[in-house]
Amino acid sequence: MAKLEDPKDPAKSDSPKKQGLLRREFVKLVGGTGVAATAQVLAGHKLAAAATTVPNAVLGSGKVVGPGPVAMSLRINGQEKKLTVEPRVTLLDALRNHLDLTGAKKVCDRGTCGACTIIVNGKPTYSCSVLAIEVADRDGKPGADIRTIEGLATEGKLHPVSASFVENDAQQCGFCTPGFVMSCAAYLETHRNPTIEDVKQALGGNLCRCGTYMGVRDAVVEAAASMKGGRA
Amino acid sequence: MADYHWPPTDKCSLIGRRISRLDGPWKSSGRIKYSYDVNRPNMLHGKMVFSPYAHAKVVSIDTTAAEKMPGVKAVEVITEPGKEVFWAGHEVVAVAAETEEQARDAARRIQVRYEKLPHLVSDVDPAKAGEHTKQLAEQTDGNPDQALQQAEVTSEGEYGVPVITHCCLEAHGQVAEWEGDNLTIYASTQNVSGMPGEMVRAKIADSADKVRVLTPVMGGGFGSKFAADTWGLACARLAKKAGRPVKMMLERDQELMAAGARPSMYAKVKVGAKKDGTLVGWTSESWGTGGPDAQGGAPSIPYVVRIPDRRVRHTTVLTNIGPARAWRAPNHPQMCLITMSALDDLAAKLDMDPVEMLQKNIQMTGQLAKTYSAELEKAAELMDWKKKWHPRGDKTPGLIKKGLGVSIHTWGGAGHPSNCNCTIQPDGSVSASLGSQDLGTGTRTVIGIITAETMGLPLEAVKVNIGDSKYPPDGASGGSTTVGGVSASTRRAATAALNQLLDKVAPSLDAKPDELEAVDGQIRVKGSPSRAISWKQACAKLGTTPITGVGQRERTDDLISSGVGGAQMAEVSVDTETGIVQVDKLVAVQDCGLIIDLKTAESQVYGACIMGVTYSLFEDKIMDEQTGRCLNADLEFYKLAGIGDFGDIVVHMMSGPGYDERGVIGLGEPPVISPGAAISNAVANAIGVRVPTLPVTPDKVLGALGKGAVA
Repeated sequence: MAKLEDPKDPAKSDSPKKQGLLRREFVKLVGGTGVAATAQVLAGHKLAAAATTVPNAVLGSGKVVGPGPVAMSLRINGQEKKLTVEPRVTLLDALRNHLDLTGAKKVCDRGTCGACTIIVNGKPTYSCSVLAIEVADRDGKPGADIRTIEGLATEGKLHPVSASFVENDAQQCGFCTPGFVMSCAAYLETHRNPTIEDVKQALGGNLCRCGTYMGVRDAVVEAAASMKGGRA
Repeated sequence: MADYHWPPTDKCSLIGRRISRLDGPWKSSGRIKYSYDVNRPNMLHGKMVFSPYAHAKVVSIDTTAAEKMPGVKAVEVITEPGKEVFWAGHEVVAVAAETEEQARDAARRIQVRYEKLPHLVSDVDPAKAGEHTKQLAEQTDGNPDQALQQAEVTSEGEYGVPVITHCCLEAHGQVAEWEGDNLTIYASTQNVSGMPGEMVRAKIADSADKVRVLTPVMGGGFGSKFAADTWGLACARLAKKAGRPVKMMLERDQELMAAGARPSMYAKVKVGAKKDGTLVGWTSESWGTGGPDAQGGAPSIPYVVRIPDRRVRHTTVLTNIGPARAWRAPNHPQMCLITMSALDDLAAKLDMDPVEMLQKNIQMTGQLAKTYSAELEKAAELMDWKKKWHPRGDKTPGLIKKGLGVSIHTWGGAGHPSNCNCTIQPDGSVSASLGSQDLGTGTRTVIGIITAETMGLPLEAVKVNIGDSKYPPDGASGGSTTVGGVSASTRRAATAALNQLLDKVAPSLDAKPDELEAVDGQIRVKGSPSRAISWKQACAKLGTTPITGVGQRERTDDLISSGVGGAQMAEVSVDTETGIVQVDKLVAVQDCGLIIDLKTAESQVYGACIMGVTYSLFEDKIMDEQTGRCLNADLEFYKLAGIGDFGDIVVHMMSGPGYDERGVIGLGEPPVISPGAAISNAVANAIGVRVPTLPVTPDKVLGALGKGAVA
């Protein structure tokens, strides 16, 4: 992906760079889950022209903030967290570099590996592909409900999914594990009786290099059973 | 006195059982801090400037604009003007700034001018490499030409494995923090005890005891994280210059371009046999690249099956693909693929079951012949081989063709140098301390199990201290040497500590120390369990002074040994219309001497099989010949297998009599060796033709079918 970051890369005449955005930021915007909101705060109508999928209704006032650091509030694990970061800072980097919530890991940083998975408004989400400002409080309205692995269980206790990963040895180096656990926890909130075949589909967005998938398959099925048993 | 030898496994309460890893809860709760997660007060973020060219001379470096940028605190030139860079991704400059974004911006503004030089990134044809080749070695045993002339059947083929990367999920890197002359490094490393010395050799620290390396956990190494590397040294220098801690972790593209590659190996092979399948002769012309430096000698092929008359010629191609590093079981997967493919093709020509051919020639495997034979039998049973196997080319109607493949492998796995201090406190607490590290293999858990077993305590009663260079020095974790090393030193240290305790306790039990044993949380007299005191009461007799037992892996240590076998079988389905290969089942039968933790041992084998599926079907560091750059330096196009990309994996550990008494032997490497050959052979068995190189991608399958399709 270095090519995306190379400012010397000859820009096409209609490229976003010409409109005042680096390509990296542009890619992140259109790749993110909340294109409209970011488009609004970052570059207003200029980006709206480039990102044609943005619905007009949410563009709002077109107030431009940045590119310097912006004060914002995030709702993480039921708590309001205030931070001041540049609008281009991803939710993952905001969590890791500014709030010391390092359970979500940075591996591919391009929405492929799932190591940065957290739960945003109930959905498993690659936090590397969302900007912090997209999910922050805005215009008096609360931002997204963000849950990280640090909020999955109370300190000193293990969530049934985490416990099942331990029991089934579904982790080796463990660097992908928090992402797997969050994907799995989000999945089991809406799927109570998964089969191994279901698990292969549900966790297809998480990658592991050590090869812990056999343990993960069993861990998810077992966690589902234990959560039904009322231990969750 | 307690005996340091391993107790019989049926007397063990922990050793050999399935025990969950000690650091499991830390990891699956997301609370443990990896190097990448360490945030120190006032910490800066570092970024690297890498060469975009595969081969160039650095003409000039201008950092003035970058240094004036907001937040930038320090710049460190790594490759001075006048020096050459030898791969795209070669380190040139490092910069540290207040935020990661500022550091990235600054790295972009550093102006480096290069004079481009000719490069070579293609390793597939040594004839085209010209002066970039180096004939490393030729080895001849017996008279292979005559043997092949007299062979009743011969088979010729070309086989190969491309360069792949390590792709550790935690990137290479560290946090460096100075306090006066003292340096603390939170490093993602396979070599905690060795890194302080490296800092002295690099003239960063003036003595090794002023450097402390901390690695409580690390996110994968696979052989690529033995050294601090240029970025690690630059990180420490940036921290010194800025007077603040610096975190420098590679970004994913840099990780894939520069942080390690497994050398390629290709070979043209001729192998011959008698009609009954007895192997008689082998000749091979092999080549491969390990980047810009020639490394190693001629490959040790034929692998495992030592055909007496053989000639091996090897040429190294010097390329600008990137620096080679040890990759889990260095050279073995490549040698295995070449050998087992050639033998499989020969078996097909003889119309012989390849398992029968291996069994027929099993004496050529040497000392481990009986082990291999037993492992092949067990694997065949678990695969239902005899029932499922068919001669080459699945003749059943339909587009999906099924096939079976087999391979065997070996590894040494002798324990590395290791030192352990085992301390018993008067309050009864016990700790084992070693300057080792846990790469995710279960090292921490193994140390805990051995200590607890020795003391007759539950696992929870023992604290394991590793991942810190202040602890007794331990070897780097590579080559499956860790489990042997730490098992020997820990067992000896724990026994030594226990014996000191028994000395103290003996008078109160009215017995001699060697009449005592530590079992079930008690110290008791052997044979009269009622004469006992609890562990806590025993330790209270130490008064105010803890005791420490010191243990060292001995030069020839009877607690450990080396040399394992292993047999694997793959069952695949190949879609002859799309070329897609699905691994339906992989059976892995593996020995590793005495197993300390069956659960983490099995995980090593499962993981190795999955890593094997990945390099068999997906992995390839694809280089662009024109620009010399890696075309897939990201996880979207550098493919790793996902959870649904294979069917079932069946693992069987060989243990019990004949295995346990060998002592502890390393396990990390061996099971990753055979999957490539087993899967490639299964594909050939399915579609009737050989796909000569890994990965077995759909385009190659279709290409192979175009040459000689299934009837």
